[in-house]
This record gives sequence, C-alpha cells and structure tokens, in this order.
Amino acid sequence: MENRDDLIVNDSYAPLVNHSEEEGKAIRKKVWFVTILLSVITTVEVAMGIILSNKDASYWPFVKWSFIILTIVKAFYIVMEFMHLGHENKTLRKLIIIPYGFFIIYMIFLIVMEGFKVGAGYN
Amino acid sequence: MSEHVENVNPATAWGGGVSPFKVTYGKMMMWFFLVSDALTFGAFLVALGFAKASANSWPVAEEVFFHFPMTHANLPLIYVALMTFILIVSSVTMVLAVEAGHRMDQKEVQKWLGWTVIGGAIFLISQGWEWATFIAGPDGIISTWADNATLTNNPYNIANPDDLRYTNFFFFVTGFHGFHVFTGVVINLLVFLQVRKGVYQARGHYEMVEKVGLYWHFVDLVWVFVFTFFYLV
Repeated sequence: MENRDDLIVNDSYAPLVNHSEEEGKAIRKKVWFVTILLSVITTVEVAMGIILSNKDASYWPFVKWSFIILTIVKAFYIVMEFMHLGHENKTLRKLIIIPYGFFIIYMIFLIVMEGFKVGAGYN
Repeated sequence: MSEHVENVNPATAWGGGVSPFKVTYGKMMMWFFLVSDALTFGAFLVALGFAKASANSWPVAEEVFFHFPMTHANLPLIYVALMTFILIVSSVTMVLAVEAGHRMDQKEVQKWLGWTVIGGAIFLISQGWEWATFIAGPDGIISTWADNATLTNNPYNIANPDDLRYTNFFFFVTGFHGFHVFTGVVINLLVFLQVRKGVYQARGHYEMVEKVGLYWHFVDLVWVFVFTFFYLV
C-alpha cells in the first residue's frame, strides 16, 4: 500500500535531485547545445527580418509563419531543458501544458479572427 | 522509478504531508504561478494580435528600431537582437547555477548566479536606452515632448496617427516584461547573497536557486515571444 513513489514527505524530495560530477557533465553538454541552438535561431530570425522585405506580399505570410514556428521551437527548448519540465513527472508536465495550451490556442483563434473581422469593418 | 503504481491507499493519499508529482510544494507553486503569469502575458500578446489584425496601418519594426548606441548607422533590429541574446545568455548562466547547485558546489553556484544578476542588469540598462530612443521619436530629440512617442502620441504611424495602439502596446508589453526582469534581478540578487552566506549549503540542497531559476527562465521565455510578436511578425 505504501509503495507509491510520487508522493514525498514535504521537501525531503529536494536533495534527491542532486547529481554526480559525471551526470553534471552530460547536463552541461546539453545546456551548451541548447544555447547554440537558441542563438542560431535568433540570428536566422533577425537575418530574415532584414533581408526579406515585408512589403512583398508574395512570400511575407511564409516568413511570418516561419517566425512563429521558430519561436515555438525556441520556447520548447527553454521550457523542456532550461526549465527542466521535460525531465519532471509526466503528470505534472501535462497538468502545466495542456490547460495552458488549450486556453491560449482558443484565445488566439477567437480574438485574432475577431480582429480581422473588425479590421474589415473599419476599412 | 515505476511509471504507474496501482496500490494507493485512498484513505491516506490525500491526507496531507506529502507532495504530489514528485516535486516539492514550493516548486509546484512556482509552476502554478508561472502558468497564471503566462496567461497574463498571453492576454497582452493576443490583444496585440487583435490590434495588428484590425489596424489598417501598423508601423514596420525595421523602420522604427534601427538605432544602435554610439553610431548613426541603419541597423534594423540589431539592438533588440542583442538584448535577446543577453537575456538568453543570462538564462544559460542560470541553468549552470542550478546544475552546480545539484552538485552542492557553493563557489560555482555563486559564480554563475552572479553572472545571471549582471546579465539581467545589462538587459535592464539596454531597455532603458531602448525606451529613451523610442520615446524620442523619429526626430531623435527627447526634450521636445510634443512630437515624442507617448501614450497619447504616436509619431510612428504616419498613415494613421490617431491610432495610438502601437506606442501603447510598446510601453505596456515591454514595460510589464521589464518589470518582471527587474523583480527577477532583485530576487536573484537576494538568493545570491543567501548562497554567499552558505544558507543553502547548510540546508543540504539548492532548491531555492532552482525556483528563482524557473522564474528567470520564464522571463526569458516571455521575451522570446515579445521579440517575435512585437518586433518580427
């Protein structure tokens, strides 16, 4: 009955995340990988913003969506690696991401759609 | 670690005294706070999306943010990219501080947390310069208030100067984020002083560094979105 391992008495859990020198080395390697990735993506975004004209309607929507996708890639790595959520309990991860994701996608859809309609009404 | 354990005594599982999800109470509450804060920022950015979608003209960021300190060259978005980079680097030093904490290496936590505080402070100073440049408006002179960018005047939207939403969103979105950076720097500094005193070394774990780290990464995360949705898209 008592062998449930996700319930831990108060903060006696906290020292359990401590790790050894070797494990630390692997973690630091991953950190540098994410750092380089985030820097490269930011550089690519800025370069796209400078080189590609936002007045050219033929490819600008494509550029816009690339920005949004690249941002989500960056956010994924920040949340999963830097904020360590990718290594937390699976239920905690779902508890944080699913409700937020649901509300924010719904809100974006609703309000931005409304924005386009209102804009069409003005102009 | 077993993924799924069936034998739970329902009479005692919710009796208190234990933390669910294999995290401490403090860390879980930090996550809950961050979710609610993320909804606030989400609301800001979605409102910005509404404004952009409904406006018949919206200033182009490359034509507004092209200044760089100590040069008159036209460098679109380079300064904002530099600010983004500074915040990412300070996020990296924070991860390294947390990692050093897990090895109970007081000296190293102190070093990386110190750099994180410095990175945050540099970001705040950069944002001060950014604001001053933005407020000065296209003429670049901040002392002439009438043509400055304020909450009641938008000199950037030439086609539709009565639409004040561009300057308002700039001040509110970057201002709210900047306030988060400011509180983050203050909290990081306080934790840095505790680390120096050896409080967490005596406690046997550096979870406090991990918790302020979560907040600091969140601030970086929000900036990534502000950068995309205010400056790029």
